[in-house]
Amino acid sequence: MATTVHEPPKIDLDRLPSQGSGNGGWRNLVPADADPRRVKDYSPPPASTGIWVGLAAITMSFAAFTSALVVRQGSAQDWRHITLPSILYLNTLVIIASSVTLEISRRRVAAFMGGSKNRSANPARWLYITLFLGLLFVAGQTFAWMQMKAQGFGLATNVSYSFFYVLTVAHALHLLGGLGGLIRVIGKLNHSVLKRSTLDATSRYWHFMGVLWVYLLFLLWMKL
Amino acid sequence: MHDMSAPAAHHGAPTSFIRKHVFSLDHKVIGKQYYALALVAALVGMFLSWLMRLHLGFGNLAIPGLHLLSKTGAPGDIMTPEYYLQLMTMHGTIMVFFVLTTAPFAAFGNFFLPIQTGAEDMPFPHFNMMSFWVTFAAFLPIVASFFLSDGPTLGGWTQYAPLSAIGSAGGPGQGLGVVLWAMSICLFCIGQLLGSLNFITTTLDMRCKGMSLMRLPLTAWAWFLTSVMGLAAFAVLMPATILLILDHVAGTSFFVASNLVINDQVLPHSGGSTLLWQHLFWFFGHPEVYIAIVPGMGIVSHILTTNMRKPMLSHRVLIYSMGALVVLSYMVYGHHMFVSGMNPVSSLAFSFPTLVITIPSTIIVLIWLGSLYGSKLRINSASLFALGFVSMFISGGVSGFFLAQPSIDIMLHATYFVVGHFHLVMGVAAMFGIFAGTYFWFPKMTGRMMNETLGKVHFWMSFVGAYCIFMPFHYLGIAGNVRRYQAFTDDYLIPLIPVHKFITIAALFTGVAQLVFLYNLIHSRFKGEIAPNDNPWEGTSLEWSTATPPPHNNFGDTMPVVYHDPYQYSVEGASTDFVMQTSTEKINSPNEEK
Repeated sequence: MATTVHEPPKIDLDRLPSQGSGNGGWRNLVPADADPRRVKDYSPPPASTGIWVGLAAITMSFAAFTSALVVRQGSAQDWRHITLPSILYLNTLVIIASSVTLEISRRRVAAFMGGSKNRSANPARWLYITLFLGLLFVAGQTFAWMQMKAQGFGLATNVSYSFFYVLTVAHALHLLGGLGGLIRVIGKLNHSVLKRSTLDATSRYWHFMGVLWVYLLFLLWMKL
Repeated sequence: MHDMSAPAAHHGAPTSFIRKHVFSLDHKVIGKQYYALALVAALVGMFLSWLMRLHLGFGNLAIPGLHLLSKTGAPGDIMTPEYYLQLMTMHGTIMVFFVLTTAPFAAFGNFFLPIQTGAEDMPFPHFNMMSFWVTFAAFLPIVASFFLSDGPTLGGWTQYAPLSAIGSAGGPGQGLGVVLWAMSICLFCIGQLLGSLNFITTTLDMRCKGMSLMRLPLTAWAWFLTSVMGLAAFAVLMPATILLILDHVAGTSFFVASNLVINDQVLPHSGGSTLLWQHLFWFFGHPEVYIAIVPGMGIVSHILTTNMRKPMLSHRVLIYSMGALVVLSYMVYGHHMFVSGMNPVSSLAFSFPTLVITIPSTIIVLIWLGSLYGSKLRINSASLFALGFVSMFISGGVSGFFLAQPSIDIMLHATYFVVGHFHLVMGVAAMFGIFAGTYFWFPKMTGRMMNETLGKVHFWMSFVGAYCIFMPFHYLGIAGNVRRYQAFTDDYLIPLIPVHKFITIAALFTGVAQLVFLYNLIHSRFKGEIAPNDNPWEGTSLEWSTATPPPHNNFGDTMPVVYHDPYQYSVEGASTDFVMQTSTEKINSPNEEK
């Protein structure tokens, strides 16, 4: 897993997301003499906004699943509460750990981009660890599905199992998207073309996947 | 990215045929692709409506060649009751999703939103390309379902459970037909989510220098607000379709109740909630109505302003009112379910915001009318269709007041009154918005003008025809004519058959008008008069500042800088009667944002 340490890419400080809002802003006044507004020639990186928009859509989808679960659980007497496979709790620790390692790698990359050429602080290392933990989580989920299936609990056994499979598979599919994002980030980092906004967006997505998983686990575990 | 010295395009101009015309990353090409898809879908949808109207107006009329479409659905070229319902379902699905959402929002929005915001492209062009092709892929299962041995689904575009979830026991097309329908809608949702992602980020992050949010044209605002609506609405419908598919293919019981007996057989499902589908569907379904109409509101405002040569009475209030529609659109969906068995208190809770939503709608209409008052409107095909939009929106909107109240809706629900209401307010009005946009932006999209005479013929035939079709629907509904009936055999319905005959003739007449439009569109595309200049309507927004058709990066070597509000017309002391957004001319306009 040797990673070539390239020259850190130059960062234009004016383009850091902390520098302000988009062009014009909401209420930037118009000079009476119709001169151009005194606006910064800067927009926040679309990836930064885009990821929030994407997360909003995912939130709405899982809110729909949640409302379906709540309605379905309360509408009939056939709900058999599910006993969750214990590996899911281990998986929870794995995905939380992956968020921690990603955060470490984000700081390392920031330091690396800021000019640190310390080889011992190879920024990609923690990304690889995060990737590994992500794959471990998916493997753990697959094991849980196989375990449930082996015990005779299929998708149509009871609607509680239907929701279990639907929610965990939907989450896993979204998580695979996050793994793809991590691989892309590693690739770009190795070629010294990584943008800070790309890493930040990927991190936000990954952390969201962790939060979403904890929420889903709680939703499936609790008896309404 | 907005550095004036930087290269304008963030992805290079395509060189291969595939990248240029098929899997294009260019928002303008993608916009045209969406338009072409909507055009094909509209023709299919209109053809289906002709078949339905012929059957309704003339009883068991044999329609020559109909058996070629479906042997089981039209033996002897006579439509069966089930086939009528199948055609009705496909008409609704195709028109709502693939025309009314696709054309005004995805097609025009894709082409013009980046240009009007002063961007070189959408920020995620690969997602944008995927958005179109996933939408195209969504159209294929709908088309494929016509070729199933038992035909497409007959459950209506709303696909109410349990009929939609019980498989082939529910009738022709209710097995694989429903699965194909749900797959199609699921894909469509993914496509529109990808599109909304791009629209929102383009509006927020890609604006050129000087382009504050309030300097965006009303069209850009309408597309932005629509994408916000679409983001939440399609994200909810998609999971619902997944659950519906699972009820079919995996034997789950999300929507099918226990002990349901169909054809003397007890279905194996248990405990499902039929109302759950309605809740999930209408949480999407009502915003969808606004997804269809809000872009039209933006287009009409943009066109009227240009042709009135003066701005709207209040740019801001119009934007805030459209914003209010977005927020309220999620709070009113229960008015579709007044007779579903929902708690009466819930009906009241949904009735109130439904009546409240008429306030921003009325404000928008009053701004249009107040702005038109005293203006010297330039009459052309685009402005005529814009006026037609206003007319249809008012006519269809007024009947909404009645339907918003549960006590009246209980009588009118599921009658032709409702069909007349939504066809006028969101169907025909949105179509008029599409036509207005087409006549208006055709020169910019193609470099040629459309034939104005044919355009006006198209307008008057469509305007008169649409009223002849849909106003009698209200009468039929009040007379108790239930919708979705394929024949009128009851005593109280027989006297209404002549009205149906009249409507059918009006529908054929109006359909012919659309063929005039189609001819004009195709002929003008290749042989139309060359656009006299880059700004034939003397507009002010950024699409008129750039070349015709716009270059790959929209603005050539220099990205625009905006100095003015979007609608500076008839400004006192200005050198011309319009001041473009990019003009450096110093003006003192009362309409300029302060």
